[in-house]
Order: sequence, then C-alpha cells, then structure tokens
Amino acid sequence: MSAPASNAGYDEWLDALADGEGYALVCPDGHGSLPPRRVCPECGSTALSEEPLAETGTVETYSVVHVAGPRFADDTPYVNAIAEFGPVRLTGVLRGAEPATDAVEIADRVAVGDRVAVGVEERATDGDPLVVFRPADGE
Amino acid sequence: MTDVRVAGVGLTQFGSHPDRTGRDLFATAALRAFEDAGVPREDVDELNYGNFMGALAEHQGHQAPLMAEAAGVNCPSTRYEEACASAGVAVREAVRTVRAGEADVVLAGGMERMTNLPTDEVTEGLAIAADDLFEVRAGVTFPGAYALMATAYFDAYGGGRRDLAHVAAKNHANAVPNEYAQYRKEVPVEKALDAPPVAEPLHLYDACPITDGASALVIVSEEYAAGHDVDAPVAVTGTGQGTDRMALADREHLARTPAADDAADAAYADAGVGPDDVDVAEVHDCFTIAEVLALESLGFFAHGEGIGAARDGVTTAGGDLPVNLSGGLKAKGHPVGATGGSQIAELTRLLRGDHPNSERVADAEVGVAHNAGGTVASAVVHVLEVAE
Ligand SMILES: [Zn+2]
Repeated sequence: MSAPASNAGYDEWLDALADGEGYALVCPDGHGSLPPRRVCPECGSTALSEEPLAETGTVETYSVVHVAGPRFADDTPYVNAIAEFGPVRLTGVLRGAEPATDAVEIADRVAVGDRVAVGVEERATDGDPLVVFRPADGE
Repeated sequence: MTDVRVAGVGLTQFGSHPDRTGRDLFATAALRAFEDAGVPREDVDELNYGNFMGALAEHQGHQAPLMAEAAGVNCPSTRYEEACASAGVAVREAVRTVRAGEADVVLAGGMERMTNLPTDEVTEGLAIAADDLFEVRAGVTFPGAYALMATAYFDAYGGGRRDLAHVAAKNHANAVPNEYAQYRKEVPVEKALDAPPVAEPLHLYDACPITDGASALVIVSEEYAAGHDVDAPVAVTGTGQGTDRMALADREHLARTPAADDAADAAYADAGVGPDDVDVAEVHDCFTIAEVLALESLGFFAHGEGIGAARDGVTTAGGDLPVNLSGGLKAKGHPVGATGGSQIAELTRLLRGDHPNSERVADAEVGVAHNAGGTVASAVVHVLEVAE
C-alpha cells in the first residue's frame, strides 16, 4: 500500500487517541459523535465541542474475525469489538486476550460488559495505525 | 396515481461465471424479462440499474448507458448504488416514476460480477459498504459486522448458533428446486454447525456465497398493461425506504435495524396492509442473523423473538409464513447489485404460481420483499399483491 492520503479531522483525532487524549464531539444536548463533523447527527446542532473520552470503556459486542481483506491478512484471527466510552462508541481490535483464538476460548477471557482502555497500535499486516482496546488495568 | 404492475421478470443463473462480463449478464436477464413480459424493448421509457462494486470488479464506472446498450433499449438510464440494496432502490424509483405518470414502462434491476476477483479482494470490496475511517480501518469486515450484531443479539435476547443454523438449513432446502439458485443442495443443521468460522459467532454456512448474476423486471402502469393486452397479475402496492447512521457503533441498538422498520412501516402504509396480512416474504439474509433482524423489523416478531422462527418451523416452506422460498441470498446467491430485483422477481413468480415453490403458498395474495444495504444503514421494502 502507498502512504495513505491525509484525512483532516480524523488524523488529528487518531493522533490524540495515540497520545492518550482521545476525544468525542459533543453537542449541547450531550449527543456524541466522531470527527470530521459539522452537524450533530442526532439533533442537527452545529455547536460541537471536543470533550475527553471516558477513561475506560465497556465492551458492548465482539467477534473473532478469521477471514479478512488483504490489509488485515497477517492480523487474523483477531477480536473485533465495539466499546462505549461515554458519549460515543468506538470500534477497534481487542488485544490482550491472546493466545485464545476462537470464540469459546475468547469468551473465557472477554465478555460483553468488560472494561477496556483504548489506544493506537500498529496493524500487524502493514504497520498502519489501528484503534486497539486492551483490558483495563486491574480487571 | 396509477397502479404499478410487474409485467415480466428475468434472471440469470446465479453462481460462478468468472468469464462472463457484466454487460452480458445484464443483457441475459433483461432479454428474459422482455420475453416473460411480452413487452417490446422500444416501449421502455427508462432504465433503472443497480450495481455496487463494478468499478472494482470490472474497472467500469458509468454503467447505465453500457447496460442500456446491452439490453437493447434507448432511453434515459441511471445507475443506483446503495450497497446491497442497489437494485431495491432502482425498483423503488421505477415504481415512483410510473406512479407519477412520468413513464409507462421502466426496465429495473441490477448486476454484480464478483467471482473474477480473488476472495480477499471481494472481502475488501464488500467492506467499502461500511464507514472507511471508523470501521474498515478498525478491522470491520462485512461478515464481521454482522457477527458483531449476532453477539449483541445473543447477549440482549438469548439464542445461539443452533438457531442460526436452522435458518441456513431452511434456506438451503428451499433452494433445491430453484433452477436459478447457486447452491441446490441441502445443508443439515449439524453440518452448518461444524463448518469453519468466518467471523465468530458466524461460520461458513451463516454467510451468503460470492455470486455473479443479474436481475431485470419490466415495470409498467396498469393502463399500459390493459391497453397493450399485457398479462401482469402482480401489482406493486407498497414501497418504503429507510436510512440509519452509517456505522454500526453509532446505532441506537446494536441488534436492531430501524432503517428496515421505517421502510416496512412506509411500505405497509402505502399498500394499506399490515404484517398480519403477509403470506410470503423474501428477506435480505446476507447472513443468517440478518434474516432474524429482518423478521423483527417487518413486524412478524417482536424484538428478540425472531431468533427461533426457523427452528420452530414458522418460516419454513411448510410453516405459517414461508420466508425465502427462493433459497434467499444464503443459498440462491447474492450478486450484490442484482439482489433487490431478484427478490421481487422471485416473489412475483411465487405469487403468479410459476415458481417451483409456488405450491407451498398456493393461496398467497400478499408478499413482502426486504432488501438491505451494508449493516442496514439502508433498507427498502416492497409489498406485492395479486391484483387479478
Ligand atoms: Zn445533538
């Protein structure tokens, strides 16, 4: 793959997430969304401000992906998950449950409701940045 | 407002045709539709054509004029793209155009060519129906997204892989007599359960295959059919469409598809019928869990109660409400941009009585087609009724 084109708004958001300073866009009514965005998709407000993500998130669903496209070829199998961090949910890859590689084993180590932290790590296949969840400390 | 009739339907064999061009597939379906309709090609006022990934698969954009030429029609031609719901929207716009009196005859349908690409490229191609920044870059695949919905469903309402295996077994059994189906063999529940995982909890037989194929419908006004002695006993009486947040993570509920609720509500209101009036349904079962979500959005079951429908025999061929008698996307195949048209072609055949499974619904008067795009950020629902 050639170097990815830049995506203003998203790139800054990903950099902030990597620095442990992830944020959501929040409207006066408290609806959360992710950048780049000019309008709250829930209520139409254009008064969006950056607010820090919750320190830890809650796993709401997950899947163990065995078949992926070329950009994730060397990452399989991996655990894909959606976790809630306050006003927004994030989608990412859950690491730290290895070496379990199937849903039955993963379910022994991961469950809906688990607490996770979020950061940015490298995709195994090509080193590109990847939103990664890891079990929150002490849990 | 004029009534809308399906004058004719045409399908290619669904399956693997790696050497056949998209234009040849669509021409085949279109010519069959014209033959079935008994409507001359020169009467076509518009072409509404659905296609999703032709730019990737055939390096071919701007497909509508190409397909008009291939089908032998000379008229304004437009491509519709709404991922797996592309042909559903193409049909919906045909219905709206005829109702508005802007056209008497519209050729509507779609085509997808997929098996000429390696599997990993198809996987990547299908993923472009998801949010590139926040889903695809985060590892979401097409099966993976539905797997996330399946886990969320099991967590919220219960049910499990065995329930989904019954959906696969049912749809594979339905496909056996269907001459257009990609897979015409039974898949017992235990075989589905033992298949390798794709994106857990979904395994191989929870997923639709990769399919080449095309669909075409000749949609006409009631006046045209009467004035030209065209036999068109099936009417499109309701159409509805819904849209939701693009990314699954942004949905209100991870195991519900409100875009399809909205499309169904609109289509039922348009037709003046309700879920209890429906005798037969073709729903978008790109994955087994998707059929469950469709049954709930269409109002056949409350949220959390559709999971056992196949296992309990309600939606099987001999059940009270047969679902996907064609075999569904699951076994008949899923040429993405053609699927919405194919569902309406199958439903038309079922209601007319010339489908191999028509005897299963011999007295059916009302049918519903549910076509969804991506993880149901888009949904289109149509109501078909026997008019004469
Ligand atoms: Zn808002």
